[in-house]
Amino acid sequence: MNRQIVKLFAFIVVLFGVLVGFTSYWSVFDAEALKEKNANKRPLLEQQQIPRGRILAADGTVIAKSVPKGKGAEKRYVRRYPEGALFGHPIGYSFVQFGDSEFEQFHNEELVGEESEFGSILDELTGGTQEGNDIVTNIDAEAQRVALADLEASGFGAVVAIVPQTGEVKVMASNAPYNPNRVPYKFSKLSTNDIERPLYDRATQGQYPPGSTFKVVTAAAGLESGTITPETTINAPGTLEVEGTPLQNDFNEDFGPIALDTALTNSVNTWFGQLAQQVGEDELFETMEKFGFNATPGIDLPSDQVETSGVFGEQGELLHRNDPVDLARLGIGQERLLATPLQIAEVAAAIANGGKLMKPQIWKRVIDPDGRVVDRLDPSVYSEPVSAETAEQLTTAMEGVVSEGTGTNAAISGIAVAGKTGTAETPGNKACGGGVDENQAWFMGFAPADDPQIAIAASVECTEQFGNDVAAPIFRDVAETILNGE
Amino acid sequence: MTARNRELFALVPVALLLTAGFAAVFAQESAQLGNLSLIYGAYFLAICLATHIFLRVRLPNADPYLFPLMATLTAFGLVMIYRIDETLARDQANWFVLGLVLFAVTIYFLRDYEVLERYRYTIAVVGLLVLLAPRVPGIGQQVNGAYLGVKIGPLAFQPAEFTKLAIVVFLASYLREHREVLIVGARRVLGVTLPPLKHFGPMLVVWGASMFMLVFIRDLGSSLMFFAAFLALLYVATGRFSFVVIGMAMFLVGAWFFASTVPHVHDRVEIWLHPYNSPEETGYQILQSIFAQADGGLFGKGFGQALITIPGTHPPARLLPAAETDTIYALIVNEVGLFGACGVILVYLLATARGFKIALLASDGFSKLLATGLTAVFAIQAFVIIGGVTRVIPLTGVTLPFISYGGSSIVANFVLLALLLLVSDRARREAAEPAGRPGTLGMVP
Repeated sequence: MNRQIVKLFAFIVVLFGVLVGFTSYWSVFDAEALKEKNANKRPLLEQQQIPRGRILAADGTVIAKSVPKGKGAEKRYVRRYPEGALFGHPIGYSFVQFGDSEFEQFHNEELVGEESEFGSILDELTGGTQEGNDIVTNIDAEAQRVALADLEASGFGAVVAIVPQTGEVKVMASNAPYNPNRVPYKFSKLSTNDIERPLYDRATQGQYPPGSTFKVVTAAAGLESGTITPETTINAPGTLEVEGTPLQNDFNEDFGPIALDTALTNSVNTWFGQLAQQVGEDELFETMEKFGFNATPGIDLPSDQVETSGVFGEQGELLHRNDPVDLARLGIGQERLLATPLQIAEVAAAIANGGKLMKPQIWKRVIDPDGRVVDRLDPSVYSEPVSAETAEQLTTAMEGVVSEGTGTNAAISGIAVAGKTGTAETPGNKACGGGVDENQAWFMGFAPADDPQIAIAASVECTEQFGNDVAAPIFRDVAETILNGE
Repeated sequence: MTARNRELFALVPVALLLTAGFAAVFAQESAQLGNLSLIYGAYFLAICLATHIFLRVRLPNADPYLFPLMATLTAFGLVMIYRIDETLARDQANWFVLGLVLFAVTIYFLRDYEVLERYRYTIAVVGLLVLLAPRVPGIGQQVNGAYLGVKIGPLAFQPAEFTKLAIVVFLASYLREHREVLIVGARRVLGVTLPPLKHFGPMLVVWGASMFMLVFIRDLGSSLMFFAAFLALLYVATGRFSFVVIGMAMFLVGAWFFASTVPHVHDRVEIWLHPYNSPEETGYQILQSIFAQADGGLFGKGFGQALITIPGTHPPARLLPAAETDTIYALIVNEVGLFGACGVILVYLLATARGFKIALLASDGFSKLLATGLTAVFAIQAFVIIGGVTRVIPLTGVTLPFISYGGSSIVANFVLLALLLLVSDRARREAAEPAGRPGTLGMVP
């Protein structure tokens, strides 16, 4: 029987080997995948035991912090947002039961202080506990407050302000706002509210027809492709027949032969419609793509929470340069062209920065629990949509818009402002309740025109007013606040 | 060094392990170290020493490593249970003492363990009858759909833990007597060696009992454990691998049949194959068990540092269900990591090796089969529950020997250890005698 006993033992060794194999699989080889499973609440519960780092505005205002609750093994940290709704967008929230969103989600690893396996062993040996890093953002608390207050007085919409030379995001406000502290109590209410949609960040997710603000992109394509110079004149009649449908100027005004400055200052539809046709689809799309259209914006927010801007087909699919489009209507910001306020702010920022588009970023510094700066924003160029010369020519034209054209309400005394209004008619917009006189009102621009400090896009949805009436004043207030704060 | 001195020295690191384990848990809980861990360590060492002295007197030749190995597992279990719940650990410590008392009683009264052979049918019948007790209204208890426990007044126990001993004793005795006939009488039919039907009747009874357990007690784990132990013994006794294959086929056919007809068995298999189908209900336990292991990684979180309840819930909601019993292995992986868990498996393997060593040394058939059966049932039980927790096989409610919380488990396993040491003492004494060390012969009465 001894031979069998030895064989039986060998069999049991094999069985135990299988146990070691499976244990290794779950505990090491498959561990990362298991931590990603929805059913696995451990990573969240454990993060709750880590004091998550604070999020600060540029001036040190505490946007988010963690406060301890309970004692001993029961001790856990809960997120608090001292400023309430002010920074609900773009900071988002982070709660165990409801997950996280926006900036909190994108910068999760830095905020919880993720470390290597080796680092956590060291911690265990030295008795240290994991602590999160603080993140200082570029957000200008005062300007954010002004932007949100103005929006709340004007209607649903968004404001984005970017430092042209660095891509630092100083303001990202969305109305309707929400107070992240209420997420644990009102989650279903906040997420099912179809009209106000408070959890939806209109600055990055709101896809709106950009209207005449897009004429700047058309002009950029015209200048950059050599189709026109600032002196080139195009005859601009009151009405232009395009693909069987008349394209009209406001009040059917006939401008005759005019150059870029006059055309942009008066936002002449027939002029830009013809320019777009002359530029051609390839060149226009190329310029758009260099400005950031047709791609997920490179901002530090989760990619599923930022929408792409571009021309969309009947089924909501993104169109590309070979798809058939009505160029004349695209050139004036129609033809199912949709853009987020962030995208339009990027257009303004690129022109303000001599044609270089910087990657927009909300974060500025990561500071570890000992107060050391462990990471710092290194501004990077996203693309160069236009040359410095083209940028200067566009700036001159955009100055005319504010000084004598359609955007006079954006003017700031003593400072030259360059900008462009936009008023897209959105009759029957379901989000507005289907009224016939609803517009999407825009203003985008930068100031000072000769030494740009800030580029801003402001957009208000479902308004019966025009861009100059409702969006330009928001631009002015926010720009003034930022420039005075410098 | 004599066997008993080796045992004595082996016990010291065990006591140190327990002391260190408690110290780690205290350090985690209160951030300050009292001398309580030293006191617990001293108690534990004192109890082990008393047992050791008893063994010195009664079984001087018994295997020196088995008791320290089992004490290691018990110590480890005590620390883990203490870390979950202090009062549970106190119960467990009491049962540890009770287990050692029964251990001593067994050794004291069963010095001539052949007496078990005489009562083998009685033992088998009693063993099977107590197995049915959980279905008796009034005293039976249902846990997770399985009828595993009996509660009479304040006394609660799990009969399966004791039945496994009864079945091993019966099988060892029966196979000792019939192994010759089973081998010689075997016939080859269509190239397969079949056992003689006449002598195989009682074996069919064991199969029937396993199937019965599956259906009536709904205890998939014990059923698997019993039947595997039976096949192991059958193989060792007859040397016919074909018998094992036939037996395994019978079990699988039966299990498959009942898995498709008995909802409870079917559910267990379904959860095993598709746990993500209902991650919050039926799949919760196995998934949380695996998530706990993923959380452990290579080195684990450290004693007392793993999450077993959901913080902020009152009363505390269990994140890892049945952490002190069924899923204790997952908690071990969570707290001491893959390395620690491999250590635990290694201890089980070493204990198994010592058990089979006893079987190899034993000279008579009954002793050999008894030691083999006890060791096999011990090893298979560890495999069934660790395998369940790691999703090698369906998760069932079997305890992890010596580590899991549970009086029946601790007590029954110490009786198992007592029987092994009884066999060992005689085997090693007989092995030593013919060597003819001068003077030893004369000292034997």
